[in-house]
Amino acid sequence: MNLTLKIWRQKDSKAKGQMVDYKVTEISEHMSFLEMMDVLNEQLVNSGEEPVAFDHDCREGICGMCSMYINGEAHGPDRGITTCQLHMRMFNDGDTITIEPFRAAAFPVIKDLVVDRMAFERIQQAGGYISVNTSGNTQDANNIPISKHAADEAMDAATCIGCGACVATCKNSSAMLFVGAKVSQYALLPQGQVEAADRVKNMVAQMDLEGFGNCTNTGACEVECPKGISLENIARMNREYLSATLKG
Amino acid sequence: MSGILNSSIGRKFAMALSALFLMIFVLQHFVINLFSVLSPDTFNEISHFMGTFWVVQYVIQPILIIGVIFHFVMGFVLEIKNKKANGVKYAKNNGAANSTWMSRNMIWSGGFILAFLIIHFIDFWIPEINTKYIIGDMSGMHNGEFRYFHELQEKFVPIWRVALYIVGFVFLALHLLHGFDSAFQSTGANNKYTKGLQGFGKAYAILVPLGFIFIALFHHFTH
Repeated sequence: MNLTLKIWRQKDSKAKGQMVDYKVTEISEHMSFLEMMDVLNEQLVNSGEEPVAFDHDCREGICGMCSMYINGEAHGPDRGITTCQLHMRMFNDGDTITIEPFRAAAFPVIKDLVVDRMAFERIQQAGGYISVNTSGNTQDANNIPISKHAADEAMDAATCIGCGACVATCKNSSAMLFVGAKVSQYALLPQGQVEAADRVKNMVAQMDLEGFGNCTNTGACEVECPKGISLENIARMNREYLSATLKG
Repeated sequence: MSGILNSSIGRKFAMALSALFLMIFVLQHFVINLFSVLSPDTFNEISHFMGTFWVVQYVIQPILIIGVIFHFVMGFVLEIKNKKANGVKYAKNNGAANSTWMSRNMIWSGGFILAFLIIHFIDFWIPEINTKYIIGDMSGMHNGEFRYFHELQEKFVPIWRVALYIVGFVFLALHLLHGFDSAFQSTGANNKYTKGLQGFGKAYAILVPLGFIFIALFHHFTH
């Protein structure tokens, strides 16, 4: 298929970016979206132009590195996938595809389609862990009974790969689905409950400090999340936070 | 506890509590108005009680006014903060693919409701305050009978006012279609009852404004 691509080009974090049109030809419908971007970049390199910078790593939907806002949606028009899992069969010959970086004041553009998502790392560092010494005296996991229901819910929350699609798609650039998932995955398990109150307070404080917006429950994040993280995690974070704050 | 309103979740929670309070108020307002259709005498009696009982006038009414002001001010504050968090706008954004129009436009439906409320205050609340507290007439009577029902009917004689109220109630319905569920989610209530609650919320959001519209039309056509 032959396509027209409208891509955000920005030389560096300080430069003023703009949308630039490119043509790509003979794209196979079996290609992944990133492979199509590789074809474009090869074309650009061969013609002496600067290739389009974009994030990617595992290319199998696990690492959370790939991003891109494709035709007005985070990770493109398909559901439950990352950009690397998006296939060109979702598009038609002759289509114009708009490709932009994830937008949020807390995710500044580094170059072209690459954004700085270190804000998520700093939120994690504020409390997204349990303080357990694992060097040589690790307990058997079965020593602590955990209900199947809690284990399943914790695992669902833990599937968040921190890609930032929730922030990118939210009209308020809110990070509450990400933080809700990280808070929930520990709050649901006995090992995480010891530090639950401090964790939620510190992570929410860091989230606010990073400049993410306020959730207005549109639910767009849940729809666009490649891992199907549920809004229930935001509700759980709200409960955890209110209970921790009101207790002092 | 002291810094709760400084946090994003605290502000959401406060917004949700004021919304829940206002939804209860709207429901009781609707029930009282419905008596103007079912029984004008009962409507007169309830109106007189609500307009003169000191608990309603000096305790509940100020709380209501504070609640309304808080809800609007916080709504605009959150909108400004959220716009600041956005950064550069997308060249193409397909919001309809993942969320409802109502959820994305609460600031607009809320803004229209505010404009409607100002008109509503000028129509009913300010004349009422003037009669009771400026002129000092607490009797609720005019020409030997209760004035409330007749005043209500008179207001809905001009068709332009009926049309204006209908538009206001449509925006109220749009606001509630997202706001009802959203308020519960913000308080952390998302559990096995959520599906049922969403159904109830949809019914509330449509039936209550529709009821208000019916009452306005009823008085216009029966006067």
